[in-house]
Amino acid sequence: MLASVFIVMGSLILIVTVIVLNGAPSLSFEILTQTSGGGFYLGAGGGFLNAIVGSLLLALPATGLAFVIGIIIALYLQKDFLKPGFANFVRLCLDILWGVPSVVYGVFCLTIMIAIGMTGGSLLFGVIALTLLEIPIITRSIDESIKMIPLGLKESAYSLGSTKFETAMKVVRKQAMPGIIAGVLLGFGRGIGDAASILLTVGDSNYFPTSLTDQTAALPTMILNLVSMPDQVVQNKAYAVAFVLLVIVLLISMVTRYLTKKSSKHIIK
Amino acid sequence: MKTSKNNQIETKALNVSFLSNAVLKDITIQIPARQLTAIIGPSGCGKTTLLKSFNRLLEIQDDVKIRGEIIVDGINIMSGGLNVPDIRKKMGLISQKPYPLPMSIFENVAYGLRIHHDKNAKELSEAVQQCLQEVGLWNEVKDRLHDPASRLSVGQQQRLCLARAIAVQPEIILCDEPTSALDPLAAQQIEKLLLKLKKEFTVILVTHTLRQAKRVADYVIFLYFGMVIEQGPADEFFNHPKNPETKAYLDGEIS
Repeated sequence: MLASVFIVMGSLILIVTVIVLNGAPSLSFEILTQTSGGGFYLGAGGGFLNAIVGSLLLALPATGLAFVIGIIIALYLQKDFLKPGFANFVRLCLDILWGVPSVVYGVFCLTIMIAIGMTGGSLLFGVIALTLLEIPIITRSIDESIKMIPLGLKESAYSLGSTKFETAMKVVRKQAMPGIIAGVLLGFGRGIGDAASILLTVGDSNYFPTSLTDQTAALPTMILNLVSMPDQVVQNKAYAVAFVLLVIVLLISMVTRYLTKKSSKHIIK
Repeated sequence: MKTSKNNQIETKALNVSFLSNAVLKDITIQIPARQLTAIIGPSGCGKTTLLKSFNRLLEIQDDVKIRGEIIVDGINIMSGGLNVPDIRKKMGLISQKPYPLPMSIFENVAYGLRIHHDKNAKELSEAVQQCLQEVGLWNEVKDRLHDPASRLSVGQQQRLCLARAIAVQPEIILCDEPTSALDPLAAQQIEKLLLKLKKEFTVILVTHTLRQAKRVADYVIFLYFGMVIEQGPADEFFNHPKNPETKAYLDGEIS
């Protein structure tokens, strides 16, 4: 028991320490507020604000899309709407999709891009790849939290003369809210940190993307690019980027906790 | 096929089975209007199943098969083409364990009013107050109407469920062992309320405590292994049971 706590806590502390120790010296106001410009990868000045913005522009829309699609599927999977046998088949498919390595989504999107003659990557296909990656995560999380709702609560809603739709939107949704929030932020966390799915789809850029068809930088791919440079100073910048990514993920989990707690206020246990 | 004026609910040859397990067999009963009808019988005899068939709530469960007729106010609610929420709206349900909706106390009562009626804020809060007063909860909650309903005690939650049910102006109140999860005092409050409510509503009470049925019932239906053994006015039923099994149950020989 104590050993398992130690292993979990220890590895978290170790990871954060390594990132902070290596990344902190490279962190500066400049590096956080400038785009990478020309010489960033070669040891010159500049920063990685374009990668931060790129990552947010990839992960936020992808999470939004995956949420809209996911919650519709999850509500529809409940036995009030769909026969349990078929719903379980859909769940199996989603679980398989959850297990698909993210690079496969990347390759899939790349295939489409080549087929329509798009070269060099785009923000749009990065968003699509991340959406595909996040849909099974968000859908299944929401689905599980809805499945946990006691039958008696649904009976209460139905016995007041609610339709299936009213029950789903006004009662089930409220009761499942903490699970929905957790699912969405789990998806977002996975999306913003994933490198493999966007490696093949977004290309790279030293500036902010201005349209959906622009190439863009992103935090995970920038880490890969930086560590593959021969210069030690440049490699250390990768830790700074990793540090920012870590901070974003940490912020997300704090926001999640706060929102989950807030939305649990009315939950019936 | 019309029910006689005094009967609000009738069933004819009602059969219910889960998977291949017959739970209710050939149930033919009459439930008088504006009286308190108790459905009694040992655990597992199908009381709850019978109760939930009246407002077609059984259908949301898996693998359930229902045959026969359930006639409410002269209409066979099992026939096709009916709007199920409208049928359910006619009958409030109080379950064994109270399930408030995941909202505030106020919103719990307002929920039914919001989905069925177009009321402005003032009418809404008046209606909510009236319903809470009717179940004797108003004085206890008037200063914390916007607190989560889950913070109420179980007894208060049960009364809230009752207030929520009467808010949609049903004709019938279905109660599934509403006092079994409550302490004696809270149980007594609910019993008193049911006696008061039967003047306005047809109350159907599922109970496994014989004493409760004796205290409150006007009409009794005795179920045993999914079959109706005996039914009749409470007086006759308790004092002059006709069936030997009823006698044995009343004497505590079978349970």
